[in-house]
Amino acid sequence: MSKSNAALDGLLQREYAAGFVSPIETDLAPKGLNEDIIRLISRKKNEPDFLLQWRLNAYRHWLQMTEPAWAKIHHPPIDYQAIHYYAAPRRAAPAKHLDEVDPELLRVYEKLGIPLHERAALAGVAVDAVFDSVSVATTFKDQLAALGIIFCSFSEAVQHHTELVRQYLGSVVPVGDNFFAALNSAVFTDGSFVYVPKGVRCPMELSTYFRINAKDSGQFERTLIIADEGAQVSYLEGCTAPRRDENQLHAAVVEIVALDAAQVKYSTVQNWYPGDENGKGGIYNFVTKRGDCRGARSRISWTQVETGSAITWKYPSVLLRGDESVGEFYSVALTNHFQQADTGTKMIHIGRNTRSTIISKGISAGRSSNTYRGLVKILPRAEGARNYTQCDSLLIGSRCGAHTFPSIEVRNPTARVEHEATTSRVGEDQLFYCMQRGLSAEDAVAMIVNGFAREVVRQLPMEFAVEAQKLLGVSLEGSVG
Amino acid sequence: MNRISNAAQRAMQPLLAVRGLHAGIDGKPVLTGVDLDVFAGEVVALMGPNGSGKTTLAQVLAGREAYSLSAGQVQFAGTDLLSMSPVERAREGLFLAFQYPVEIPGVPNIYLLKAALNAQRRHQGLAELDAIEFLQTIKQLLRELGLDDKFLQRGVNEGFSGGEKKRNEMLQMALLRPRLAILDETDSGLDVDALQAVADGVNALRRPDRAFLLITHYQRLLEHIVPDRVLVLLHGRIVATGGPDLARRIEREGYAWLQCATQSQGVAP
Repeated sequence: MSKSNAALDGLLQREYAAGFVSPIETDLAPKGLNEDIIRLISRKKNEPDFLLQWRLNAYRHWLQMTEPAWAKIHHPPIDYQAIHYYAAPRRAAPAKHLDEVDPELLRVYEKLGIPLHERAALAGVAVDAVFDSVSVATTFKDQLAALGIIFCSFSEAVQHHTELVRQYLGSVVPVGDNFFAALNSAVFTDGSFVYVPKGVRCPMELSTYFRINAKDSGQFERTLIIADEGAQVSYLEGCTAPRRDENQLHAAVVEIVALDAAQVKYSTVQNWYPGDENGKGGIYNFVTKRGDCRGARSRISWTQVETGSAITWKYPSVLLRGDESVGEFYSVALTNHFQQADTGTKMIHIGRNTRSTIISKGISAGRSSNTYRGLVKILPRAEGARNYTQCDSLLIGSRCGAHTFPSIEVRNPTARVEHEATTSRVGEDQLFYCMQRGLSAEDAVAMIVNGFAREVVRQLPMEFAVEAQKLLGVSLEGSVG
Repeated sequence: MNRISNAAQRAMQPLLAVRGLHAGIDGKPVLTGVDLDVFAGEVVALMGPNGSGKTTLAQVLAGREAYSLSAGQVQFAGTDLLSMSPVERAREGLFLAFQYPVEIPGVPNIYLLKAALNAQRRHQGLAELDAIEFLQTIKQLLRELGLDDKFLQRGVNEGFSGGEKKRNEMLQMALLRPRLAILDETDSGLDVDALQAVADGVNALRRPDRAFLLITHYQRLLEHIVPDRVLVLLHGRIVATGGPDLARRIEREGYAWLQCATQSQGVAP
């Protein structure tokens, strides 16, 4: 290999910066899953009976289901009885104010660069922090409440906004939707809840930060976002976990409902621990994210930058029910070392004149495998539906793989569906060109990769875009050899 | 420009001194013992037919790893060039204007320009320029080169015409102010206007402490940039040295007359 590649190799051995473990006392349920554990979770959270029954129903569905085998990923069997389904920081009982939060927990978030103190927070970003299974702090709650916006932990919503939860929970992703969604429905412990009332534009970004800390625990959070008629909201999600040799399971569900003319923009920067350079450890990320454009002229937009996890299995989708509704999916998935990503989207066109856009950028390095899997489905009633899909793959080195599985089903002759795809390689000539101008090899790779991902990263809110750009550079350490 | 007398040259240390350089690619020898000096303040034209090793020499001097070196030394400003990484060579002021500048899709030109300048400034122990200072600097250079501000926001060489790519190389050169600029067939495939723009770019940068090595096939670039010396590379070594007249003779007669003289050193035109 050339010297420029050797320089890249050296780079790559940078450590996962969020990999520390925090010494926080944890309340753990015994390992394993059965109806008693589910009752325990429900009791711990003081849930109404309908929710317990809903969980048990999901659990009974799950027992009948098998893990999906169609994704292009490989892993040893997951022992669902070896996981703690409930882990909560002991002193983090719901805090009304930040000064009631365990200072050790606040230090964790400071270390991660997530400011939970409102005065220190970035202007215009409200944060809900979820640590293991429990939401520990939500900022800017009062300011939002003045506009009628509800932004709180899921547990709190269950207590104080029970009817909204009862009405919308599972209405986009039903309990039996798929194996991992059923599991989540049975055991989810917390997450975020957002309701934006009619005609209200949320004046700040809402953000949830997920952190897995406890060993042998899974994280199963549930997010529900409801934008009432004409409402607008932008929601951000970030995630990290400690470095551990064992794989940890993360199976989340996100449901979004957009009523008439509502707009929801959901952005993710996913940086779960990806495992080490030999493929040991890392998060198994099996996530179901789906938006329902229930109202006419509504719009749901997913933007994701996926750099972490040993395995990513994730297809943020949009059901385009309302006439003239719009679905968007902008994705960058970067895999290095032995990471495996099988990610993409589903755009289901049900209403008339519905439109969807899919821009997917896959970056593969090391010995990783990066798959785009997408479905564009135009149902018979979807007169005049349109989809544009662009799928680009960038390869770094010669031992990685990029795969594309686009499915298109059109049942209405007036629909227009376009698909474009490219595959390219970070060329030695591009690297040399940048190095001849004085850029280090790592800066050159980061710049080339960011150029490739730019169309997607520019969709992110400013602070996240900067973080995402850095992350793309860091995640490629040691990528060529 | 100030022609340097032979006596004066001998008194000075060359900026670039190549001695007995042998290099090849894919196991095939290309350079078979190159000796040449370039002094500060000079413009040296390096001519030669296709396959004579011109581009190999440029790439080896810039540190391209694909080429293997089997013998020889190169001194650049008194230090051993061959022990330096390509990045160090660039930051020390060796600039290569590429024959085929690569495209880097999605990276705005201004990113690369700013990153390159600031990498060099850090290396020199200078403060980096912030966005506003940089914009002032680069806009001045754009005006001098007759380029539109939109040039900065386009992807690096992405969808550029041949002429635009070469102008971009000249812009980078003007920004980085190298000690030694090697222009690898910057004139190939250019129309008259673009050629003039490249020549203006070089002429404006001619200074006593800067040198140019112009690699070219054709005499026509040398109508616009008058070289101090002309060297001819043939079969991997320098076979002739002269003034601008040598370039004119090659234009008239080709290289055939030099073929039989490859064994002799320093044929006079």
